[in-house]
Amino acid sequence: MQLNESDLSWRSLPGTLPVRHAVVSREQLLLLCRDVAGRGARLVSLWGEDRRAAGVGYVLVVVLDLTSRLLLTESISRSPNPGFPDLSQLFPSAGRMQRATHDLLGFNFLGADARPWLRHSAWAKDAYPLRHDFVAAAVSAPPLPTEIYPFVRVEGDGAHEIAVGPVHAGTIEPGHFRFSVVGEKVLRLEQQLGYTHKGIEKRFEGLSVQQGSKLAARVSGDSAVAYAWAYAMAVESLTDTQVPARALALRALLLERERLANHLGDLGGIGNDAGLSFGLAQFSRLKEDLLRVNATVWGARYLFDEILPGGVATDLAPTALPILLDSLAAMAAEVAVLQDIYDNHAGLQDRFHGAGVLSAKLARQLGVVGLAARASGQAQDWRAALEIPPYDGFAIGSVLAEGGDVAARVAVRFDEIAESLQVCRGLLTDLPSGEISVAVGKTRADELAVGGIEGWRGPILVGLRVAADGRIARCHPHDPSWLNWPALEHAIIDNIVPDFPLINKSFNLSYSGQDL
Amino acid sequence: MNALNFALAISETVMAIALAPLLLGLVDQCRAWLQNRRGAGLLQPYRTLRKLLKKDAVVAQTASPLFRASPYVQFGAMALATAIIPIFGTHSLLATSADTIALVGLFAIARVFTALAAMDIGTAFGTLGARREMMIGFLSEPALLMVFFTASLITQSTLLPNIVITMTSHELVIYPSLAFAAFAFVMVLLAENARIPIDNPSTHLELTMIHEAMVLEYSARHLALIEWATALKLLNFAAIGLALFLPWGLSAPGDGGLAIAASLLIALAKLALFCAVLALIETMSAKLRIFRAPEFLGTAFLLAVLGLLVHQLLGS
Repeated sequence: MQLNESDLSWRSLPGTLPVRHAVVSREQLLLLCRDVAGRGARLVSLWGEDRRAAGVGYVLVVVLDLTSRLLLTESISRSPNPGFPDLSQLFPSAGRMQRATHDLLGFNFLGADARPWLRHSAWAKDAYPLRHDFVAAAVSAPPLPTEIYPFVRVEGDGAHEIAVGPVHAGTIEPGHFRFSVVGEKVLRLEQQLGYTHKGIEKRFEGLSVQQGSKLAARVSGDSAVAYAWAYAMAVESLTDTQVPARALALRALLLERERLANHLGDLGGIGNDAGLSFGLAQFSRLKEDLLRVNATVWGARYLFDEILPGGVATDLAPTALPILLDSLAAMAAEVAVLQDIYDNHAGLQDRFHGAGVLSAKLARQLGVVGLAARASGQAQDWRAALEIPPYDGFAIGSVLAEGGDVAARVAVRFDEIAESLQVCRGLLTDLPSGEISVAVGKTRADELAVGGIEGWRGPILVGLRVAADGRIARCHPHDPSWLNWPALEHAIIDNIVPDFPLINKSFNLSYSGQDL
Repeated sequence: MNALNFALAISETVMAIALAPLLLGLVDQCRAWLQNRRGAGLLQPYRTLRKLLKKDAVVAQTASPLFRASPYVQFGAMALATAIIPIFGTHSLLATSADTIALVGLFAIARVFTALAAMDIGTAFGTLGARREMMIGFLSEPALLMVFFTASLITQSTLLPNIVITMTSHELVIYPSLAFAAFAFVMVLLAENARIPIDNPSTHLELTMIHEAMVLEYSARHLALIEWATALKLLNFAAIGLALFLPWGLSAPGDGGLAIAASLLIALAKLALFCAVLALIETMSAKLRIFRAPEFLGTAFLLAVLGLLVHQLLGS
């Protein structure tokens, strides 16, 4: 049986994102996914929702990326034990999202990997926190016996396992990595994440739209601006709000500064993980300079709560313009010097080249996104592809590297710094005048909306549904790390164990952002 | 050995043991300066030792007495080596009781005990670190021996004080063979002391560690002894290197007070220079991929052998 995208009745959602929405049956969902996967579409996100109270049942939301537009589908199951088709055969990265959806809502994906992902024996097997009849006391009841997590074992002569984490020797986020190795060579890596699950999606329920904005910004601190922007876009779609041009320009300025801060930090971190602590010291200083300018101009180092539904919180004072332009010029000069040092450091290049190769083919098959995808020759950037204003006015998204190794991910970061600096200068020299925010009206009740933007790591998406009383019914913040963590498992194969931290750092994926 | 010399030798060894952590502090401080950082100060290793000595030790349930004994063996071996190696003068406490070959054996004892203790508790990291350490060890020890042989061939003795005395009593002659040996020795020193580019003493990435992975399970006084032994090992290697390749200024038995004071100052200046050079090497280098370590140490061995050959070909 076949089904084309055009056989379904789509409705374009209001707002700046080109999104088409349809309610599809579970059979149609599978056929649609098969159709678009064959045409090179990527899975963006999937999540579940309990809409029994509204008389609908359980809803599975799937977001697909067709390069120049997004498809948003809702599939409904009225069964108390809802079952949905397994999409992981078409989109490998769907597997973990399906497992998380099972842990949170009890959805079954027939034939898919059914091991727990988020639960970690923290709540009972048959309790589902995002169902509305869930009793929170079930979590705080006496601790449950720890279930043994069945890792995939590698057997054979000389093969053994190294278990790393979730507690590490450094101050980093928790995650468990199970290496199967022969000597120093990695045969297989299996990740087990979910240690920072803190119930963010549950917390969203019942918040006002304004409160939700603050929570969204705190999903993953390194992407505060991107999450706040994606969330604001979803709200603006639900309220038909037209954001003023000046606000859009300021939003882009904030997002690019977030990108700069993270890329600078990562370049230092990658150098340090290759043993060059000189790089860490220099890039940390550059990042710190940038954060201090943030604090001077916006009053917040990490730019929390600057983007609000309807616009931005702080206007740029005329005195801030020279400060920003001067600091950007100084940064550009210093980064150029450091790039020269990195590029000509034999020891560093020896570590970078050929380490953690993610081939273009594999990146395409796994549906890798963002920075990691661009380092594997996949040209994809929502800012350019979806023509999100104000980026439609910039030549952007040309950064690309072919190698797929650590060196390529470093090169992409350097190039994106240059590109971001260019965008920032363009925005500052040609800043539209006018309002910086408008009041958002009443939200349309019970409709699903999405907002999304290319954060520094990759595309960040927020799905939002608001109830009739103006309170959030369901909000799902989606981190690009969902799509890139599985790729890391492949990139490490045949590398040696001591190269893992360097390769891991070159991806620098979020734990908090996807554990929620 | 008269009473005065004996007292002098004792005080030299005690002073060297007390000063060893300062060496680490100076290296770290120089690294910080080279990276435009302020640094933690010269005394930071002492603060770390004080902190560790105040704490209660936590020992894994699976640890055998070997695990507890190992830090004492490591510290003991390194302190013994300090008593053998001429640091300020050739009148070291045990100078004539052990030669360079015995020194290599002494370092090997410490290494074997560290590796055994790391495997004793049965964690993945301990075994991983021990495995890598033994790989480094079996590559660096032959290179170190070759360096010693080169120096011994020139001076006809494997005893360090004799080597120093022979070298300094000659007129200044440049030995090409020693230049090769010096390069080889610096490479061995970096590997043996877990410095960049072979290992990274300041890393927090457990999967990349060599020496640190072996001592992850240690705490409090045990860890303090290990850290101190690490500092002593660096001092020992620095002193060996200075004795072999920059032997001038060491006091000899029977020297007067002034000469001893001068030799002390010269030795401290040479050690400070050593720290600065080490910090420079470490700041400029990235860490090698671990399978480059055999190439690195193979090169060291090759250089040392070349030193020997040059000596044979050119004569002294």
